[in-house]
Amino acid sequence: MRKHPIIAAGLLAATPALADLPVLTVYTYDSFTSDWGPGPAVEAAFEETCGCDLQFVGAGDGAALLARVRLEGARTEADIVLGLDTNLTAAAAETGLFTAHGQDASGLDLPVAWEDETFLPFDWGYFAFVHDKEALPTPPTSLRALADSDVSILIQDPRSSTPGLGLLMWVQAAYGDEAGEIWAGLSDNIVTVTKGWSEAYGLFLEGEADMVLSYTTSPAYHLIAEEDPSKAAAPFEEGHYMQIEVAGKLAGTDQPELADQFMAFMISEAFQSVIPTTNWMYPAVIPEGGLPEGFDTLIQPETALVIPAEDAPAVRDAALETWLGALSQ
Amino acid sequence: MTRALAGGGLAAAFVVALTLGPLVVVALWAEAGSGLGAGDWAAIRFTLWQALLSALFSVALAIPVARALARRTFPGRGLLVLLLGAPFIVPVIVAVLGLLAVFGRTGLVSQTLGALGMDPLSIYGLHGVVLAHVFFNLPLATRLILQGWLAIPSERFRLAATLGMGPVDVFRQLEWPMLRAVVPGVAMLIFLICTTSFAVALTLGGGPRATTIELAIYQAFLFEFDLGKAAVLATIQFAVTGAAAALAAWVAVPAVMGAGLDRPVQRWDAARGAARAIDAAWIGLAALFLLVPLSMIVLRGVPQLAGLPPQVFEAAGRSVVVAVLSACLVLVLALPLASAAQALRGARPMAATVVESVGYLSIAASPLVIGTGLFIVLFPIANPATLALPITIAVNAAMSLPFALRAILPELGAVEAQYGRTADALGMRGWARLRWLILPRLRRPLGFAAGLAAALSMGDLGVIALFANSENATLPLQLYQLMAAYRTNDAAGAALLLLGLSLVLFWAIDRGGRVNAAV
Repeated sequence: MRKHPIIAAGLLAATPALADLPVLTVYTYDSFTSDWGPGPAVEAAFEETCGCDLQFVGAGDGAALLARVRLEGARTEADIVLGLDTNLTAAAAETGLFTAHGQDASGLDLPVAWEDETFLPFDWGYFAFVHDKEALPTPPTSLRALADSDVSILIQDPRSSTPGLGLLMWVQAAYGDEAGEIWAGLSDNIVTVTKGWSEAYGLFLEGEADMVLSYTTSPAYHLIAEEDPSKAAAPFEEGHYMQIEVAGKLAGTDQPELADQFMAFMISEAFQSVIPTTNWMYPAVIPEGGLPEGFDTLIQPETALVIPAEDAPAVRDAALETWLGALSQ
Repeated sequence: MTRALAGGGLAAAFVVALTLGPLVVVALWAEAGSGLGAGDWAAIRFTLWQALLSALFSVALAIPVARALARRTFPGRGLLVLLLGAPFIVPVIVAVLGLLAVFGRTGLVSQTLGALGMDPLSIYGLHGVVLAHVFFNLPLATRLILQGWLAIPSERFRLAATLGMGPVDVFRQLEWPMLRAVVPGVAMLIFLICTTSFAVALTLGGGPRATTIELAIYQAFLFEFDLGKAAVLATIQFAVTGAAAALAAWVAVPAVMGAGLDRPVQRWDAARGAARAIDAAWIGLAALFLLVPLSMIVLRGVPQLAGLPPQVFEAAGRSVVVAVLSACLVLVLALPLASAAQALRGARPMAATVVESVGYLSIAASPLVIGTGLFIVLFPIANPATLALPITIAVNAAMSLPFALRAILPELGAVEAQYGRTADALGMRGWARLRWLILPRLRRPLGFAAGLAAALSMGDLGVIALFANSENATLPLQLYQLMAAYRTNDAAGAALLLLGLSLVLFWAIDRGGRVNAAV
């Protein structure tokens, strides 16, 4: 049903409705719903049991997702928005479009306690600098050591990229008022700042820098999908900033029961077991069989840093000022 | 005359609705935005500066390359001209990776320097931005200026040779007037293309110093959700376009070459050894600069082609359909606009400039603002995802319109100057004039314009990212999604597929328009 055999038909017609099944519309970011992300497997698993048609709608990245929901307002067709993170949830909650998730969050396997009653996590990860073990056998051991070193790094622009914003929050959470000093120290390490994660990671794989800002789980992709053990994430003494990805239910949904059913499904085995090797993040609930082989080789940060969602907008704006000031010198 | 104006009016209305319309919608929808900060002004300054440098370098290098190509024939020349056009049509990230394979820290140049005991090259900074923009736009500038050279009738050169004119006289009498007519428009076009640069400027600029207006719009929209500010920044971008278009129209002096018999050009003035060597050097250098990075894309992609997932080929099929329809639409828009501008030129030059400028609007339009504006309008009426491909076709056609106009307008002017009076005397108007005079005489620029539109549409990510789902993803979008899923090898294969398809489309359509084998 998902793929039209005739291209011209795809130009003219919408996907024909499945025979009168109720439709659950989930807005998410592009890479979740792409053919290479978790979307296809999640859709198949949910449709097996729900007696419904689950439709993913991709809307850029997390920030674009929130912008789209804001543009659509109460008229939105979304029943669920999946793919915001804790840097965005305060702004999302402020729209008043979301309602309580209604699930029991006590079974979540997160490094931090989860108390938000509107948004429910589906996966999480630690930001980290990834390097090639051969090219850089002894990476710096902290943000400060990195700033003092002459190791070259690639980062993303916080204004257009989620990981880029993550690093901003990471430096802020670890150093507070000293963040400007760290950024000044980092400025000569930065080879360049890219629009998004894909560009920076692509440049890193081309050998343009020693390290790239990514996730602690990135080496698992190379190990599992490419059988390439050469990549590693460097553990930093300050701790690692967390990205917690969440979903929320729209208050105005016309499918409240289905939406509840999906939220419950989201933290169940069938959804969670897909996450590690499609989204390359940690599942919010460890599957029964444990994490896939290869995840045990990843570094385990001792300290999980995260700025509370309600403080994030104010911290973010101040941190951006600091960042721009330090790097525009 | 009136019919030409009516057609032009319709086409202009369509373009305005697609470019300024969304901006107005966004501005109306927004609550009062915050004012522009120091950072925004720095972004505006940087944008203009890098665009100016990029345009100057592109044009300065394109003139000798175009001249060399115009006066030399050699085996494989057609293929070379075709391949030289490739950088313009590949998606930004693909071209950037190709460039880095040559100029990057571990690229060919740095390796060579390293072998000689020197430091590796650093491409990041303003020079890197300009280098990449020249890489993208040198081919376009070369093609457009080459068209100008080929529009000089071969009889002129024959006459010059008969009169015993040397290279200097030929340049002064024949080539300089053509350059005066063609170059300002080309420089303006490239300047405008570079003002909306975002990913190139950021990636190679080395940091937030290289913030462009487009990135500031991104920030206003996605980071601050300040639509008012996004609209103000987008308006500034349009104002810059208007100013640049007016300046170019003021500087350019239309050249009247007189009629010719379409004989192949022979250049007696350039037959000597020194001229040959100089031309060979320019062609060789341009080919090296443009083709080595592309070869790196090909080398990386070839081993991956066989293993590409089927979804990539489905996306490729969709992209080809979108590209061909965009190419048709761009001709439907460009011909009436060009005719209207031409009809107005004699009596009301100001009006002609306005009509012409409408055709350039789309180049200054921020894809993000267009997408958002269209989204706000369409969302209450229809499911945006089902409209993704028609919208992409329309927007891609509008985005290619400036190039089509640039290619068509000078030659339409020449046709009217040469044959207009005869046609008037014969009472050829409306359809008959189009069918028997304009279309046959404009085959070359029309073919070029449509081919370019198809290729650009193939490689453009544009607004589709705001509307598409994976079911209707185009090839560039699929390529980005592969990269986002760590699948860099598949992405390399997809990039090669995209490059190949764009070139084949361009070649097929452009060839259909060629009168002789000169280009």
